[in-house]
Amino acid sequence: MIEQSKPKLLRKTIKAGELMNQVMSDYFYGVNEAATTGKQKVAWCTSVGPAELLRALGFAVHFPENHGALLGATRMATDLIPGANAIGYSPDICSYLTADIGAYLKGVTPLAKAYPGIQSVPKPDVLVYSTNQCRDVQDWFGWYSRELGIPSIGIKSPRNLNEVGAAPIEDVSQQIQALVPPLEAISGNKLDLDRLRETVALSKECTELWKQVLETAKAIPAPLTFFDGTIHMGPAVVLRGTQVAVDYYKVLLAELQQNVRDGAGAVEGEKVRLYWDGMPVWGRLRQHSEHFLQLRTNVVASTYCSSWIFPAFDEKDPFRSMAQAYLELFIVRSDEYKEQYMKRMIEEFRIDGIIYHDAKTCPNNSNSRYGLPKRLETATGVPSLVLSGDLNDLRCISDEQTKTNIEAFIEQIEEGK
Amino acid sequence: MSKPVYVGLDIGSSRTKVAVLDADRQLLGYAIKKSGTDFSVTAGICLDASLEMAGATRQDIANAVSTGYGKSNVEFVTTESKTEIGCLANWGRHNVSGIITLIDIGGQDNKIVKLDQEGRRSSFKMNRKCAAGTGAFLEEMSYRLDVPLEDMDGLARASKEMVKLGSYCTVFSATEVLENIRNGKKVTDIVKGLFYSVIKRVLEMDLPTEKVVMTGGVVAHNAYIVEMAAEMLGRPVIRPEYPQLAGAMGAAIYAINEKGDAGSADPNRLISEGELQ
Ligand code: SF4
Repeated sequence: MIEQSKPKLLRKTIKAGELMNQVMSDYFYGVNEAATTGKQKVAWCTSVGPAELLRALGFAVHFPENHGALLGATRMATDLIPGANAIGYSPDICSYLTADIGAYLKGVTPLAKAYPGIQSVPKPDVLVYSTNQCRDVQDWFGWYSRELGIPSIGIKSPRNLNEVGAAPIEDVSQQIQALVPPLEAISGNKLDLDRLRETVALSKECTELWKQVLETAKAIPAPLTFFDGTIHMGPAVVLRGTQVAVDYYKVLLAELQQNVRDGAGAVEGEKVRLYWDGMPVWGRLRQHSEHFLQLRTNVVASTYCSSWIFPAFDEKDPFRSMAQAYLELFIVRSDEYKEQYMKRMIEEFRIDGIIYHDAKTCPNNSNSRYGLPKRLETATGVPSLVLSGDLNDLRCISDEQTKTNIEAFIEQIEEGK
Repeated sequence: MSKPVYVGLDIGSSRTKVAVLDADRQLLGYAIKKSGTDFSVTAGICLDASLEMAGATRQDIANAVSTGYGKSNVEFVTTESKTEIGCLANWGRHNVSGIITLIDIGGQDNKIVKLDQEGRRSSFKMNRKCAAGTGAFLEEMSYRLDVPLEDMDGLARASKEMVKLGSYCTVFSATEVLENIRNGKKVTDIVKGLFYSVIKRVLEMDLPTEKVVMTGGVVAHNAYIVEMAAEMLGRPVIRPEYPQLAGAMGAAIYAINEKGDAGSADPNRLISEGELQ
């Protein structure tokens, strides 16, 4: 008895992707030019560090975490991580950090391959961090600071907040303001408050549009997957506070809204809707996306992509609103808050199941370790699955186990429907 | 003309198991063989052996479903596959009534699957990245201790005073075992300690319900492990007649159900109390 192989399901491609590639390319070439010609000073910034301030001061901004993700997505990371391990940075700490430092030690970057003419990551004049997400970023920048002999300054953020009250906002706001004099000195520019307001306003607009983009996936079928989201969030990550990012999301949003009106889902015959908590597995993005597609499953919402939504930005009160925005992030919050947040997401996106990615090297972005999955399961009845893996270090991953776990989880959801 | 048969092929990374069932879910034939490196060849051999035992031929196959690590390597029989967790649950649903916890200890991994009152999966867990709590752990230790794998059950049973091993990790455990040998501990006591370690690793994965069923290759070859688990849990544990075939039989039941049989739980097929350990 021989049966025919099943035809492969197709993924709907997002047309705006081409424009996004152009936007990202312009961005990388722009920072590279700043660094190689000295036309503009270069600051490195953590993903939710004070990018608005840096831009207002005229810095070209590079985001090492974005570079870390590129190292992961190009599957260069796993070979580079041991280089950092060998100089004393443990394989158990952030694999963005170890991959990025490993790449520096070897003198390689995926940017060189993707963008002819770029030789290396842009050489920084200053490193600016916020520990709102983790301590690893401070240690990461600390290494470059010693290596390159440039200052590493930043915000030591409160963490694990239930409510974001006046006191922590005041604290962080003061810390951001304290960064102004040293950054003015390095950039050679005086801070123009109107410019800062403008940048904050653009960040707010970008974030608003990004939120609407993600919310299109509330529709059934959803026009967007988590995997698309991790790619299309590029401009929100590296170009927050610029008109280019705002313009891009207007285009993307229009396309997705049209797809919703047309009933065109990203996943052909969408049957199961999942929520993804934690980091993506960058080196397996395509495989995971394809695997879910063939299972007629769409990962329609995620903590990760939603982390670039900052409703608090307010140009009328730039410093305090930046502080509030940087503190309201999911990763900065308590488990009580996270539980409530996810409950809301489950309802709004009509989620059938939650996948928690327990990333070996990022406890900060792994939310399955303190009983949250069981508590949420009890509260909502929505089943969950914990996947052991990592964002960048593919040595921590068993593809076969991941595959079996995901398939069994979807079988379980379908049987329960 | 012979009757149609339903086949379940469980292509594990360590062993290939094939079960042939009739439409009433009765086991007619089966075969178990080391999977080796060519999964389809092994599957073919097991398929023919189990069909022969069932008095059937490949022409009699009404439907077949595959599962396990090599489930996509048997396209010559079927392209329909289910996960090993799904198949284990499906077997449990049709063979044991009530809320149950299925604990499967295989060659390379272990799984815990919980079923609710209606036989639906309420949760499952697979072991994580290491060999702890799997057959691979016992295989490695049998090599270290220089005792054949098949002797381990008898040795553990003969132990008077178990040696407790503390480590999670197979490599660390090997060191602990060597340490114990150097200290003059008896092999029987060490082997019992190894069994204890396997069960403990598995039971640590989840909270088992009142009713527990154990399956898988390790359970099939080491009945004493089930007795020890029952003692540790403080209640009887069910060991079915063919612990190693649960996945293959679950796959075959899927094959039956896909052909139109509603396939709800069958109270007449409940495992008898006599099989409680
Ligand atoms: S949050 Fe996690 S992935 Fe991001 S920089 Fe910190 S440790 Fe690395």
